[in-house]
Amino acid sequence: MKPALFDYVAPETVEAAVAALAGDETARPLAGGQSLIPTMNFRLSTPGRLVDLGKIESLRGIAVENGSIRVGAMTRHRELEAHGAANAANPLIGEVLDNVAHIAIRNRGTVGGSIAHADSAAELPCLLVASGGTVSVQGPDGSREIAADDLFRFHMTTTLDQTEILTEVRIPALPPATGYAFEEFARRRGDFALAGVCTLLTLEGSVCREARIAACGIGARPIRLAAAEDALRGRVVDEDARSEAGEAAKEYMTAPADTQASVAYRRDLLAALVRRTSETALKRAGR
Amino acid sequence: MSTRQFGEPVQRNADPGLLKGEGAFIDDISLPGALHAAFVRSQHARAKIRSIDISAAEAMPDVVAVYTADNIGALDVELPMLIPHPCITSGGKTQRPLARDDVFYAGQCIAMIVAVDRYAAEDACSLIEVDYEPLPVELDLEKAIADGAPPVHDDIPNNIAAHFVQESGDADAAFAAAEHTTTVRVRLERSTAAPMECRAVAARWDGVSGELTVWDSTQATISVRGGLASLFDIDEDRIRVIAPNVGGGFGQKIMMFHPDEILVPFAAMQLDRPVKYIEDRVENFIGASQERAQIHEIALAAKKDGTVLGLRDSFIHDTGAFIPYGIAIAQVASTSIAGPYRIPDIWVEMTLVYTPCVQVTPYRGCGRPQACFAIERALDRLADELGIDRTEIRRRNFIGPGEFPYKRDGLLFADGLAVNYDSGEYEKALDLITGTVDLAGFRKEQEAARVEGRYLGFGIGFYVEGTGLGPYEGGHVKVHPITGKVYVTTGLTSQGQGHETVFAQIAADQVGCDVKDVIFVEGDTQAHEWGVATFASRAAVVSGNAIHKAAVKARARIIAAAANMLETDEDSIELRDGRAWIVDGNRSVSLAEIATASNPLRYAFNEASQTATQFAPASTHDGPPLAEGQAPGIEETDYFSPSHATWAYGVHAAIVEFFPDICSMEIRRYLCIHDCGNMINPMIVEGQVMGGIGQGIGGAFYERCAFDDKGTPLAANFMDFLMPYATEVPDAEILHMETPSPLNPLGIKGVGEAGTIPVSQVIASAMEDALAPLGIGPVRESPMSPDMIHGLLSEARSRR
Ligand SMILES: Cc1cc2nc3c(=O)[nH]c(=O)nc-3n(C[C@H](O)[C@H](O)[C@H](O)COP(=O)(O)OP(=O)(O)OC[C@H]3O[C@@H](n4cnc5c(N)ncnc54)[C@H](O)[C@@H]3O)c2cc1C
Repeated sequence: MKPALFDYVAPETVEAAVAALAGDETARPLAGGQSLIPTMNFRLSTPGRLVDLGKIESLRGIAVENGSIRVGAMTRHRELEAHGAANAANPLIGEVLDNVAHIAIRNRGTVGGSIAHADSAAELPCLLVASGGTVSVQGPDGSREIAADDLFRFHMTTTLDQTEILTEVRIPALPPATGYAFEEFARRRGDFALAGVCTLLTLEGSVCREARIAACGIGARPIRLAAAEDALRGRVVDEDARSEAGEAAKEYMTAPADTQASVAYRRDLLAALVRRTSETALKRAGR
Repeated sequence: MSTRQFGEPVQRNADPGLLKGEGAFIDDISLPGALHAAFVRSQHARAKIRSIDISAAEAMPDVVAVYTADNIGALDVELPMLIPHPCITSGGKTQRPLARDDVFYAGQCIAMIVAVDRYAAEDACSLIEVDYEPLPVELDLEKAIADGAPPVHDDIPNNIAAHFVQESGDADAAFAAAEHTTTVRVRLERSTAAPMECRAVAARWDGVSGELTVWDSTQATISVRGGLASLFDIDEDRIRVIAPNVGGGFGQKIMMFHPDEILVPFAAMQLDRPVKYIEDRVENFIGASQERAQIHEIALAAKKDGTVLGLRDSFIHDTGAFIPYGIAIAQVASTSIAGPYRIPDIWVEMTLVYTPCVQVTPYRGCGRPQACFAIERALDRLADELGIDRTEIRRRNFIGPGEFPYKRDGLLFADGLAVNYDSGEYEKALDLITGTVDLAGFRKEQEAARVEGRYLGFGIGFYVEGTGLGPYEGGHVKVHPITGKVYVTTGLTSQGQGHETVFAQIAADQVGCDVKDVIFVEGDTQAHEWGVATFASRAAVVSGNAIHKAAVKARARIIAAAANMLETDEDSIELRDGRAWIVDGNRSVSLAEIATASNPLRYAFNEASQTATQFAPASTHDGPPLAEGQAPGIEETDYFSPSHATWAYGVHAAIVEFFPDICSMEIRRYLCIHDCGNMINPMIVEGQVMGGIGQGIGGAFYERCAFDDKGTPLAANFMDFLMPYATEVPDAEILHMETPSPLNPLGIKGVGEAGTIPVSQVIASAMEDALAPLGIGPVRESPMSPDMIHGLLSEARSRR
């Protein structure tokens, strides 16, 4: 389990990093290394050059402003998890990050790395999709914004170009009168989820005005469960409504069977998580 | 009298160093100029090798040597059949160091590269071209023994590696007399020990002295030395095998020979350079021994009151592609099958099956978890069918405390001797655990929870464990004349069990010193060259008693010498605090002085030797300084050879809450009693049991070496092969009972493997109890994944 030979550069600016990527088709950015290094050790990936983003100061830091939480790509999971203002603006963040790997990994892993890596079972991409976040990326031709819905293509693949660097992640603050919940089921604490669901319910009186529900682990990328949202929107979120939402969610389950879960189990699990999270979100919205 | 150390929760001696990173595992041993090895491994489960092209690898600048079956000379052989048995088909198939013509499992070593570092060695591995002709495989154990199944070995019909029946009493008569019979089929999956440190071997050849030193992360240094001496045809005195700190073994490192442990020394000798091999995790998952897959069909013949009259068990055991360890695991399973129950009439049939997977050799528990799962699942079933409480049916069948020794004539255990339980208090253990759990109170809570739609369950599992197998171990005790420290050795190795502490306690009690003043050495053939190895929960029993016997003799010598020096009689001497004292007096002499005075001196090195001269001589005799037949110093060796295995036993129980919507459960309480006779150190007993429970939780929920239908391993890393984290292991409540063994002077029994044995049963039993209102069918498989539970729940739903 030793990686193949590679070059290593550690530029200090995003421009230099982009240039380093552009010069070598096999070059890859290195963030926290918690996903990239294992794949290199297994020789599943053999980048010819690693462009370490660790020295780029401008990629770090968290700012909460104008109803949005702006997170520099190289911010560690743990920094965001422990950030008071960010979590006050959107408590879903802490609830989601608590499920990402283990503390030691969250100390190294980065928010940008997680999103750029785009594992179909990863939690942060699911959060981004559920809450309607965006990312900024910078490439040889300048920078652009990508909405979460347009970012994730399939398992471990985004719409970023090989020469582009993800620089910032923006997560909207929790809208008023909105309850939230994230719940996943993993075989062991901290593992990638067999399925995870992020639910945001905005209430008007006792009626659900808006529902945003996304799931991870159930397909090639994080997916909005539109039919489940429809089952709740405009209704009192009672047990029947939640069950209907759960049932409606099942059609989005496209993951094949694997060593941990059959198709039938994952479908039922997804439905259970939709029911559970909508119940929790409902309680929290009332508060 | 000095305070007795035996029985005290003495802190483990080895931990501070290990915790500070001062341990020396094989990768920490720096051998200047060492080369590094890596292996090319088979991509196919079963194939013919048409050709191997090593030219590109050989041409790499950093590659020093490439070995295949063609250039390893006398090592190109089938390795020893360690434990032969007449029931093994055609004498049994064993592994070769490097594949010749055929590969038998994906992961089998085909070539070894030796290069300047591991990076270069791995680069070179990818340059070796192996041309395979893949052959068909069958991984399903039952299909593999059917006519026409593709053979793992061409000359072994129906893939049957061995077939054996053991009988005690007359099972046919019992079944004829039965008022009720129950038959249950259970299945356990293949698993692996996954020690934290994988395999590791380093070797240095000294061409000048003709000495070979091998550092091997093994459980059996003395046996490895014997094997190397025979394979290399060098004198045993020229080979030193050292197992330094070893990061876990759990049986995987008792297996001999993994290819690395002979090829690395071979390369070191050939190349006249030190060579190191540090196995990586993927290699450990595909190339190191595994265990556990068995399918049992067990039947119980009973009376209506639950008394079990007879037992028939027919089981299939997956032995992998080779059977170097003989039928040991299956034999242990077959002899543990009746558990702590009287069951007089037993018939057990075992069929060992070759599969195109890495060989199966013992993994902590060694057949016992399987046997426990089979009998305990069957007993739960019998109880349910007869309408008897699951704890009550056990009570009605226990062997009573007055019935020992309880022999099962005809059932031969792994030591080749009839099963003979030496002592136990089974019913008392049941009372203690159900009392502590407050089973009656729990039943009320369970009732109330069901009304709220919550599912609580109680599960219980009993087991017996034959431990402390012979043939023998030795103990050596010496008092250092200069420092007065007590030097103790034995022929075992340690993988972190706490030998250095418990053996120090045993020795310290006899020589009257502090535990910290005992220097304990094992895992080095040069320190102690007679003995067997660490396995089968035998270390404390066999070496512990050997050390005790040697220490008793040393004590006698110390007292005799001290009595002479203090000019009193032996009865007036007591040993404490590292000194010999005159009882009720304040005159004393230190162990260093006694050891010094017992060694006729020429030079006075230190204070002890000077003060020793102030006393009367240690030995009063005429003639030369050493009397005829007298040995210098305080030094004794003795051996302990048990008459037969001593049978520990235990019971675990759990209360779980089950969540049917996500098919998962939470363990609310986990309780355990393991009676290992007199406890040398209760803290270490708890540590051993707790670790075992953790591994048992792994077995119950997670650990599965999955393969696809071509035989490719699907769980070759820690993302796919799940082991419980600390977060998945419950905080067990460990209760103690001590029923001494009459078979050894210290009255002890083994504890090493115990914790793993009943966990799957406990969980299965609790799950059935919790989900009874949902009408789920019986739980018959382990591990119990959410997926499997989902299947049971779906079935139950479709029945309703
Ligand atoms: C034991 C273990 C358990 C884990 N469990 C989970 C889990 O439950 N949930 C989960 O979500 N994750 C889990 N992870 C993954 C972890 O969260 C990773 O840290 C994360 O997925 C990647 O972040 P990183 O900063 O380490 O990225 P790296 O590993 O450095 O990079 C990952 C990929 O993203 C690319 N990349 C990184 N940063 C950028 C950027 N700014 N712009 C463009 N491309 C970039 C890299 O080139 C690489 O291809 C686990 C990891 C481990 C080791």
